[in-house]
Formats: sequence, C-alpha cells, structure tokens
Amino acid sequence: MLTVGTDKPAYPPYFENNNPANGKGFESAVAYAVAKQLGYATNQVKWVVVPFNSSYQPGPKRFDFDINEISITPQRAKVVDFSDGYYNVNQAVIALKGGKADGVTTIEGLKKLKFGVQVGTTSLQTIQDIVKPTQQPSVFNDTDAATKALKNGQVDAIVVDLPTAFYITGAELDNGIIVGQFPAPAKGEQFGLLMQKGSPILTCVNQAVAAIKSSGELQQITDKWLGAGAGVVTFS
Amino acid sequence: MTPAAADLPYVDPERQDHLRRRARRDAGIASLSTVVALALIVWGVTSAPGWPAVKEQFFSPSEFKASFPSVLRGFLLNVKLFCVAEVLILVVALGIALLRGLRAPVFLPFRLLAALFVDVFRGVPTLLLVFLFGFGIPALQIQGLTSSVTVWGTVALVVSYSAYVSEVYRAGIESVHPSQRAAARSLGLSSFQTMRHVVLPQAVRRVLPPLLNDFVSLQKDTALVAVLGPIEALRAAQIYESSDFNSTPLVAAALLFIAITIPLARVTDRLLARERERQTIGVR
Repeated sequence: MLTVGTDKPAYPPYFENNNPANGKGFESAVAYAVAKQLGYATNQVKWVVVPFNSSYQPGPKRFDFDINEISITPQRAKVVDFSDGYYNVNQAVIALKGGKADGVTTIEGLKKLKFGVQVGTTSLQTIQDIVKPTQQPSVFNDTDAATKALKNGQVDAIVVDLPTAFYITGAELDNGIIVGQFPAPAKGEQFGLLMQKGSPILTCVNQAVAAIKSSGELQQITDKWLGAGAGVVTFS
Repeated sequence: MTPAAADLPYVDPERQDHLRRRARRDAGIASLSTVVALALIVWGVTSAPGWPAVKEQFFSPSEFKASFPSVLRGFLLNVKLFCVAEVLILVVALGIALLRGLRAPVFLPFRLLAALFVDVFRGVPTLLLVFLFGFGIPALQIQGLTSSVTVWGTVALVVSYSAYVSEVYRAGIESVHPSQRAAARSLGLSSFQTMRHVVLPQAVRRVLPPLLNDFVSLQKDTALVAVLGPIEALRAAQIYESSDFNSTPLVAAALLFIAITIPLARVTDRLLARERERQTIGVR
C-alpha cells in the first residue's frame, strides 16, 4: 500500500471534484504515474488528507509522499525531503477586466496595486521579492477568499500559479483576466513531492519521477491537465 | 502605652512566634514542591525521543530572531484593533443592556430588538461574523460604504462582543438590590437619574472583573480579522512559518499575546481582591 497525502479541498486543475482518488487532475495523475513506477497498482494507492501546514510538522508522517503544489525551496528542504521537481511553475497576476491592473505589462506598473494572495504560497514571496508593492498585500487563508476580495474590489489583483490562474479566470470569475506572468526565477520554481526528512523511499521516488519524465508520460499528463501556457504576457 | 496601641487587640507573643515559624515552613514546602514539579515536567519533555525535532520546529532561536520584527509589526495591528473595538464595545453593550432594561410598555420594540441582537450575535461564531461583515457587506457594493476590511473586521468584533458584554452589564444592573432603586425613586430621582447615579455606578463596579475577562478574550480574537487579509501577528507568523517550514514564529506571536493578557489578568485579580475587601470591611 502506498499512502499519498494532499490537502482538502483539492483544487482544479490539480485535482477534479475534490477527489484525489479518481485519477483526474494533474497531480492525481502524477501521483498514480509515480505509484505505477514504484510498483503499486491503482488500487494499492491510499489517499489521506494532509493540510499543508501539517505536512512539515515534526514527528512521524502519515503519508509516504505528499503532493500538494508544494514549491521546492532550500529553507523548506532543511525540514523535509523533496523529490526532484515534476512541474516548472510560473506565477501569474489575475485581475478584473477594466480594473486598475488591466493592461499592465511591466513589474514597475504593478507596484502601486493592492495585491491579494493565499498565505503560505510562493506567490506571496513573488510579490514581496519581485514586485515590492507600495501597499501591504492582503493575505488570505485560501485562494477562494482572495478571489472574493478581488470581486469585491478590496484588492486590485491576485497572484497565483499560472495553472490556477487559468482555472480561476476560466471557471470562477466572470470577467477575470490573466494580466501576465512573472519571468521565471533564475533557477526556476518547481513543485516537488514532499517526504519525511531522511525518507527511505526518496531515491526510488526520484527514479520514478525521472522515468515518467524520460518516457514522455509526465509531458502527456501536463499537456492534458494544465494545457497551454501560451498567450500570456510576461512582465518586463 | 499610646492611645493607638490601646485599640489593638492583645496578641500572644508565643502564638505570634508559632505563626511565623509555620509561615516559613509553608513557604519552604511550597517552593520545594514547585521546583520539583517544574523539574519533572522539563525532564519529561526534554527526554522525549522527539524533543530535538520539536525544539528545532517550535523553539529555534535563529527563526525567532528572524521573524520577530515582522510579527511585532503585525502585533501593532492587533493592539490597534483591540483598542478601537474595546471602546466601541463598552459603549454599544451598555446601550443594549439599558434598552433591555427599559420597562415602559412603549419601549417594547426596542426591548425586543435588543434581545434579538443578543440572541443572534451571541449564537453566531465570531469567525463567521468576520467573514460576513468583511466580505458580505462590501459585496453589496453600496455606494459610499467603505470596503476596508479592517473597518468591517472591527465591526464584526464589536457586534459579537457587544452581545456578550451587554449581558455582563445586565447581570450587574440586576444585581443591584431593588431597594436601592426604590429608595432613589422615593427621593424624587427620575428613572433616568436613578439609573445614572444609583444603579450604574454600583453595577459597573461589580462587573469589572468579568468585563476584563471578556477583553482578554477580545485581545486574542483580534487575530480572526486576519482571514480578511490584513497582516496581524498570527498571520505574519504563519507567512514566516510556511516559507521556512518552521513554527517558531507562532510561538513568538503567542508570547506577544501573553505579554498583554497576563498583566490584564493580574489587574483583574487585583480588582477582585479590592472588591472583596471592600465588601467584607470589618469582617475578620
């Protein structure tokens, strides 16, 4: 039995219908592909709910690996083990059509906006490190609350990862637009599978990730669920 | 013999000695048992197999130092919210308590409204109120109404706590003996004057400790406003926590809250003791 963790609710396009076990959605598909490489059939994968902020607490973990759009950073890697990255993520800005952020193409132009963002995300770090806005960003428990604040006009724009940006502007906001995406940081930002520090399966998981990368399966999954990132302006 | 000394009751020096010895012995036992108990707890926790990991996760000095300035900056918002909300709550709650106390038949609708206010807002979780006011009211898009989340977050706290505190006031008002009221009215004071000069001064003094108790609780609940976006202490700590996967900033935030609530609690104790002394004057 392979135990895989993720948070609840599990959001599209990473999961579908808040059900990680249906194999639908990018991360659900990745988890099953990795499991298959490790020698576990679909019915040998057990999902457990792991809230993001409990995934890195000390003590024994309730999962073999956790897949929850977690970006790999050196500070975080001191506390937990990460697999090699399975997705290169870019951060993007969403706003309402005709709002203050509409039409902005430069990072300079973003500075005077009031941003909303989910707590605990690298999106917040992007705002703080790259944009350095003049107003303190609003920080919410989840992206839903940030989206609500955007609808209410309490923030001018929100920052999320690009796939989420496509989902929100496509499914949740009537007049939402993707203003643009941030240029990828020097070393790139990648999602990794989170494991207990010193996890015995780290090497095997890394081999599995490498295998689905080289066989082209990961690319297929990415294309299927996250689709095209084309047509989005990159901020200069 | 001075006249003052003559008023003092006779004390047996031997008994005095005995009492002093006993006090010394009691103090000795108390401190010894405190030291032993603390040592046992510290030993029990630090000798646990997971202690090094827990220590690093929750009590890392370097994380504490790195996060403290931003947590402290967030805490200033908590203090601001607290100060504004506290004053408003004291006023609004008193108003509600007084409305509920009106006896003339013509005031029935006010009495009912006040009762409804208390019933509803005491029953609804504060967090839900914060969401409702902070996101719901701005979503109505009424012209000229602010959409500021700190304003609406404060309103939510005021509404919720006013419902509690008005009941505290009401308990105080009703604890004043009816004869006080009757005496005041028979002296020719109007019912407003009776309330203002006779009932309220006694009532408020009696409910000071429970009022302070509610304010200790309010102090912590200011953190709920964070769900609307403002970065207060707990949120600032959470941001740090998720970026480094280390929970020490949360402990830093907790220390700041404690730094305010403990003095408040001591003040409450002092007031209680003074009230007890005042009421038992002459009784030994």
